[in-house]
Amino acid sequence: MSFFDGFPVMEADTLTALKKAIDGGFRAFTREFGATVEDFFLPLRSFLIFVERLLVTTPWPVVLLVIAGLVYLASRSLRLVAGAVVALMAIGYFGMWEDTMRTLAMIVVATLMSVAIGIPLGILMAWSARARAVLLPVLDVMQTMPSFVYLIPVVMLLGIGKVPGLIAVVIYAAPPIIRLTNLGIRLVDKDVLEAADAFGASAWQKLGKVQLPLALPTIMAGINQTIMAALSMVVVASMIGVQGLGQPVLKAIANQYFTLGVFNGFAIVGIAIIFDRTSQAFGRRLQKHREAEHA
Amino acid sequence: MPESRTSIEIRNVYKLFGPYPDRFIEAVRDSGMNKAELLERHNHVLGLSNVSLDIEAGHIQVIMGLSGSGKSTLIRHINRLIEPTAGEVIVGGTDVRALSPSELRAFRRTSAAMVFQKFALLPHRTVLGNVVFGLEIRGVPREAQMETARRWIDRVGLAGFEDKYPSQLSGGMQQRVGLARALANDAPILLMDEAFSALDPLIRLDMQAILLDLQAEVRKTVVFITHDLDEALKIGDRVAIMQDGELVQQGRPEDIVLSPATAYVEDFVRHVNRGRVVKLSALARPESGAPAALRLPAALPLADAALRLVEARLSFADVTDGNGAVVGRVDLDDVVRTLARSTGETAGSNGPPARLAG
Ligand SMILES: Nc1ncnc2c1ncn2[C@@H]1O[C@H](COP(=O)(O)OP(=O)(O)OP(=O)(O)O)[C@@H](O)[C@H]1O
Ligand SMILES: [Mg+2]
Repeated sequence: MSFFDGFPVMEADTLTALKKAIDGGFRAFTREFGATVEDFFLPLRSFLIFVERLLVTTPWPVVLLVIAGLVYLASRSLRLVAGAVVALMAIGYFGMWEDTMRTLAMIVVATLMSVAIGIPLGILMAWSARARAVLLPVLDVMQTMPSFVYLIPVVMLLGIGKVPGLIAVVIYAAPPIIRLTNLGIRLVDKDVLEAADAFGASAWQKLGKVQLPLALPTIMAGINQTIMAALSMVVVASMIGVQGLGQPVLKAIANQYFTLGVFNGFAIVGIAIIFDRTSQAFGRRLQKHREAEHA
Repeated sequence: MPESRTSIEIRNVYKLFGPYPDRFIEAVRDSGMNKAELLERHNHVLGLSNVSLDIEAGHIQVIMGLSGSGKSTLIRHINRLIEPTAGEVIVGGTDVRALSPSELRAFRRTSAAMVFQKFALLPHRTVLGNVVFGLEIRGVPREAQMETARRWIDRVGLAGFEDKYPSQLSGGMQQRVGLARALANDAPILLMDEAFSALDPLIRLDMQAILLDLQAEVRKTVVFITHDLDEALKIGDRVAIMQDGELVQQGRPEDIVLSPATAYVEDFVRHVNRGRVVKLSALARPESGAPAALRLPAALPLADAALRLVEARLSFADVTDGNGAVVGRVDLDDVVRTLARSTGETAGSNGPPARLAG
């Protein structure tokens, strides 16, 4: 009878004991290894601080010029350059320059980290069915688990600050590049790979001369998605002490400052669009050889 | 290291495509199950069935057969792009199946270059980048790569297109890039899977000439797949005909034209111009009696021989070899009969056709 009334639940005591045991175990682990883990991430912290300082302390016209130059190099489009410059000027004029630079630093470092971790993992997945079987569910968890949940152990382990924020961002932002590197390599034409085999190419030669170059447009799409994912984490990361455009948004939520929220929100949108259009234009340029223009 | 002349022996090779080839190999090998039965009963494709073929070093072996008869499958066994289910592939005295992965790579780098039916060019590389590919894999110094590649690009008539991408080229031009890529490797074995199929007739003649010139210079061992019988007879020292994974006939071009082994082969050779394909040597019989008034070289095509005999108003002539020595005699009767006869009469026979007819 009672079987149908409510879902058969584990005994309340047992459940509490289980939770306590796991929490206790993790806490013990934190006490034991927290310092070691922190030391491990020290170089990352210095790098992040270095980039942040570089962007914040360099005079704004120089930063603006460098960004305009990079956008042009990647996209070869003056329209895009003009758009980027106008957007950044507006951001500066509304008093958000410094926060934007901090966010930019975070995005750049998070993207670099995601690429450094993601491309090798993507290659591994493309090469080994076993690696794929292990990694796919992990990636699913990374992308769908609410970020607040994995913030808990990260904060327990590393406390509040830049590095835990960065890790949270990377956990959310790395999966697209891993997936798309794997996909890009798998999509490489079998006939072309066979030709490489027929000429006696080794696995590394195939990777370097055939698979990666041909997967590059797909990998670029992955980097684009990674950047967008990182930007979408800015507010969450600010909850654990990452400075930048996220913090004013948090303040705006807490105090119902509508305008403050909107301004900072649009600043995030602005740099998102600059990143997106630039990296897409770059990806398209990489694919130039696919256009059939008969001689 | 294999020397510049490398023979290829294919012995009793079977290839079954499907998840469990080993399970059904016996049914094919011992009970003689054919391609259709294997597909219907076990859902496996019979790629090759008991194929044995000796390819002499320095010769051009042509392989013909209808679509799906297993030509590409066979040629891929030679550089082990496909592993045989059973049987042996011996190249230059080494069993290709026994090579370790690194030995196999070395073998492919230096011993066998391949031209692909579907071109298989690297789309992200220019013509030049494609042609240097094999040399790059081998670790040839950059400058030598460039020089060799440019020479071959020039030779296949693509000078000026070095910096174009494959997508900017026509099919025939892409095929020539594939050809240049293989030739640049200068391997003793050339595997050419329908290497000329996308070319227009004029360029095709050009490429055939390149191949034959090359053959006169360095004598590679060439395996050449084609659907064009005239091409096969023109360049092939030997021709093999495949049907449903089996090798149904192999031999010199004129043997196949003059005495097709099965109706299938006969269909293949029905429309060939025998007067141009069959050489006088095929009809020579032991000479008897006084020397003839006319001497004709053994390599002369029948049509030309008939013309010479008629013009000289003679009924027979002596046949001479390359050095001018008399090796036999031919009668005008035999020549005309061979030219006129429909191939059907000799189907199934293997003896010299002139003797059978006479
Ligand atoms: N990887 C494969 N898996 C399954 N079946 C295959 C595979 N490769 C070839 N086959 C089958 O083997 C047979 C021979 O194919 P193959 O490509 O050798 O034919 P072909 O003589 O080269 O034909 P074409 O003239 O059309 O190129 C066909 O029935 C084909 O379906
Ligand atoms: Mg084929």
